[in-house]
Amino acid sequence: MSEATGLKSWLTTTDHKRIGLLYFWTAFAFLLIGGLEALVIRAQLARPDSQLVSADTYNQLFTMHGTTMVFLALMPIGAAFFNYIVPLQIGARDVAFPRLNAFSYWVFLLGGLFMNASWFLPGHPAPDGGWFGYANLTARQFSPGPNIDFWLLGLQILGIASLAAGFNFIVTILNLRAPGMKMMRLPVFSWMTLVTSFLIITAFPVITVALVYLMFDRVFGTHFYLPAAGGSPLLWQHLFWLFGHPEVYILILPAMGVISEVLPTFSRKPLFGYTVVVYSGVLIGFMGWGVWSHHMFAVGLGPIADSVFALTTMLIAIPTGVKIFNWLATLWGGQLRLTTAMCFALGFIALFTVGGLSGISHASPPADLQQTDTYYVVAHIHYVLFGGTIMGLFAGMYYWWPKMTGRLLSEPLGLVHFWLTFIGMNLTFFPMHFIGLLGMPRRIYTYSADLGLSQMNMLSTVGAFLIGVSMLVFVYNMWRTRRHGAVAGPNPWGGATLEWATPSPPPAHNFDVIPTVTSRLPLWDTKTPSPTPAPGPVHVPAGSWWPLVAAVGLPVMALAPLTHSVWFAFVGAGILLYGIYRWAYEPFEV
Amino acid sequence: MLAACGGPYPQSTLAPRSDFGVAIDRLFTGIFWWALVVFVVVEGLLLFSVLRFRRREGAPAPKQHHGHTALEIAWTLAPALILVFIAVPTVRTIFSTDKGLPGALRVEVVGHQWWWEYRYPDLGIVTANELHLPVDRPVAVDITSADVIHSWWTPALGGKRDATPNHHTYLAFRPDSIGMYMGQCVEFCGASHANMRLRTFVESDSAFQAWVAAQRGTPAPPATGSVEEAGRQAFQRYGCIGCHTVAGFSSGIIGPNLTHIGGRTTIAAGMMMNTEDHLRRWIENPPAMKPGAMMPSMHVSATDLPALIAYLQSLK
Amino acid sequence: MSHAATTHHTSMGLDSRKMAFWAFIGSECLLFGSLISTYLIYQGRSVSGPTPGEILDIPVTSVSTFDLLMSSLWMVLALAAVQRGDMKWAKIWLFGVVVGGAIFIGFQIYEFTTFVHEGLTLQTNLFGATFFVLTGTHGAHVTVGVLWMGTLWVRALQGKLGPEHAMTVEIAGLYWHFVDVVWIAIFTLVYLLHK
Repeated sequence: MSEATGLKSWLTTTDHKRIGLLYFWTAFAFLLIGGLEALVIRAQLARPDSQLVSADTYNQLFTMHGTTMVFLALMPIGAAFFNYIVPLQIGARDVAFPRLNAFSYWVFLLGGLFMNASWFLPGHPAPDGGWFGYANLTARQFSPGPNIDFWLLGLQILGIASLAAGFNFIVTILNLRAPGMKMMRLPVFSWMTLVTSFLIITAFPVITVALVYLMFDRVFGTHFYLPAAGGSPLLWQHLFWLFGHPEVYILILPAMGVISEVLPTFSRKPLFGYTVVVYSGVLIGFMGWGVWSHHMFAVGLGPIADSVFALTTMLIAIPTGVKIFNWLATLWGGQLRLTTAMCFALGFIALFTVGGLSGISHASPPADLQQTDTYYVVAHIHYVLFGGTIMGLFAGMYYWWPKMTGRLLSEPLGLVHFWLTFIGMNLTFFPMHFIGLLGMPRRIYTYSADLGLSQMNMLSTVGAFLIGVSMLVFVYNMWRTRRHGAVAGPNPWGGATLEWATPSPPPAHNFDVIPTVTSRLPLWDTKTPSPTPAPGPVHVPAGSWWPLVAAVGLPVMALAPLTHSVWFAFVGAGILLYGIYRWAYEPFEV
Repeated sequence: MLAACGGPYPQSTLAPRSDFGVAIDRLFTGIFWWALVVFVVVEGLLLFSVLRFRRREGAPAPKQHHGHTALEIAWTLAPALILVFIAVPTVRTIFSTDKGLPGALRVEVVGHQWWWEYRYPDLGIVTANELHLPVDRPVAVDITSADVIHSWWTPALGGKRDATPNHHTYLAFRPDSIGMYMGQCVEFCGASHANMRLRTFVESDSAFQAWVAAQRGTPAPPATGSVEEAGRQAFQRYGCIGCHTVAGFSSGIIGPNLTHIGGRTTIAAGMMMNTEDHLRRWIENPPAMKPGAMMPSMHVSATDLPALIAYLQSLK
Repeated sequence: MSHAATTHHTSMGLDSRKMAFWAFIGSECLLFGSLISTYLIYQGRSVSGPTPGEILDIPVTSVSTFDLLMSSLWMVLALAAVQRGDMKWAKIWLFGVVVGGAIFIGFQIYEFTTFVHEGLTLQTNLFGATFFVLTGTHGAHVTVGVLWMGTLWVRALQGKLGPEHAMTVEIAGLYWHFVDVVWIAIFTLVYLLHK
């Protein structure tokens, strides 16, 4: 059956593969935008006392860089892979709720556009309170413009997208597995998607409450975070970090899942310690709830609280380290093929380890009192989020590109991309360990030449532009592959998991026959061939307009606090509810 | 290697000059060495694997190991043990650095957007941005904020502590070396967060006592007819008295206390050296020097400005 | 309404929509948990009055609480009626739920307007802020529930609801009971155990 093309088919699509591609391209565009913001930041910091950008613009740049990278790039690229790959890996035809899936994407797109629309208003009032938006700087008194409103409204919209996706993937993974696909036969990427989804549905409500309180303070004159009436800015910090720490595991676990697929494939060996790796991931998910105040060691919570959070933070290093050792053991004695995907996966291990170790030093409150809020932390977060998450996601891109597009990315260009990224990343972020320990705070638009840190900052800036060049190489590779990439068969890498049992790209219905699974490595395990049931009729759901319609209601509602006009709230809610009503009663067969 | 890349490093955390700083440095050094050990082991195994186990043509398929329980236990316990060696000194240091020492000199810090207010409650001194401390005497710092969250940090003297409105936080340390130590605000606090700097002067006891005596003194009125006197009149005429305190003359509390501004080495919260030229540029247009500064351009005439500056410089 | 998941076999033997809804309830527990925790943390820290003791009307709120609890009973009966195909009684009980929910909202509106008259608004103090946001969020959930049940009732009147839709009614019932349980927590912690 041939698939529809054209704009309408994309606007109404409920096919997880198309939605995955939509997520990918949108998120990739935001990745480039966040990267550009970083380049301007580094250009400003290349020299002391620079006046390349104003203080206000700089504060907007670092706020939007962080917010964009976390919410609009890294999470959605992960979502792109959840969408495209998980149903294939579990042997399903789609996710449990295809229209909810489409809704998640449209809400994400609209939320990202909403927040970035601020750049285009007169005076470009883009969010400027940091990605972490600490009260009470975000109070109306100290941030009178609409900058923070764009931020808190955009994030609330984005939160709904993430929550919807979380529910969808939990049910998909638990309920739509092919016969014989027991939980302990699930590919690790699907397992990590499951844990991440649980983290999303439990952590996002907390930041929603935090943002609602902030909105009420700014719009309705409450005092949740304002000291004047007995409120405390610390309430924001606790709520934000209760969300924020699980959030960093939401950011890293998918990448850990990717490399848990890539390393075995290119070592020709199964993942070492599958059970332990899976349980470590689950344990990290649980333990991630118990560490949040390690972001608050300078706040003065007292020696007992500091000690407790120091210990819980150190404890969580154990399952993390165990995973690293299992990945190393996967390589050991294998037959390593150093494809680009494999290089990025190996790079993940190398760089994430550095980030994990600086994290251990942060776990000690007295040491952290020198490190926190300096460039040492910036080094840590970029080693785990760039050296970890982004390297892992690049591994996933090179690995699954042939499955998603039917063509292989160029390996020579890929290796150039990898090395430029690896060198550029280290050049940018390694000096920051020193810059921080030598006394440069973070979030400052300029610094004095007296600090003696000018040369190291320049080095870091050069590294950042090298990363920029590496991205250009990758973009060229993607573009070139469209016409000139080698055509990929179903399993160009010799992978073991079910996504490699379909054509590249798979047809709308994924599998002609839903396979019966008898092993954790279905495509490697030739000892017990699966019985092949006779193919039955394959139904593929039609598209629907209603997820898009309902999604539009949300930014319309968000205009109400921005414009101080309550009518937007009613109109937006009306659109949302009407869209949901038509969605609910539309004839739709999965 | 560090010196080759710049330096000296006046805000370095690696050259501590107080008991608090030294305790942190010891702890960090220990953690660093353990981290280095783990780094070498992990990266070494990684590099070795990549080199040793590269696919060779015609080589047989590798053994399909699925796991090894003893190994799992070993590499769970080993990191746990290392963490114990980090956790114990950590908790010890938390508690040992938490309590101040008896007989401490009390200092109160109030963070403002974007300057530091300092009070010595036992000495009756109010000043701003530049702190003086006697060497080898314990200090007990009480930190709060008048507006948003700031964070007070002099790296050479130890760790930082947030300045939160409506809360009081505390630091205790004993500086052990005479010198001038630079620091700055280290919690994002708005437009000029980068410009909220500070200097701490640790001096001999006699020098400190001399400074205290000078700070507690009220400046004598300038001689009649002097340029400083004309400046003092300008200080009143242009409304400076509305925001700034000069003991015995004005009592504004919105901006920093200027009673002894002539004796400070820097102005505008450590942004610029205290020179005639910088004072002139500051008074002419504060927001141009410090984005977002609440002090507006005072529109001081070209004839009044030199007198005003002379007056300020006379307030030693 | 999509009934695909009921006609397909599922790995855990549970209807996918029901599973999704339980996940949603778990998420909502974190939402209300954060709101309730903040209320409790800020209890007694208002700088000015009115205080809960001065303004909360426990007798009146007990009536509305009883009404909401009863509406959960009507919901159970409505589901049972739908499951056995007794659409006459299904319509009656569903209507009861709608009315019960609307009465509860009516009580909330009465309470909110009374408090405003008596000097407690969102802006007055921390009690006002935390109280109104917490109970207001709950009230918004009840309102959504009333609309949901109202839609089911109208469809029943139109003859478009039958035993084959029992799962959707069961899920609606889950939502209604959850909202009721949250109210029991709020009533206990905010009203009965006020300082």
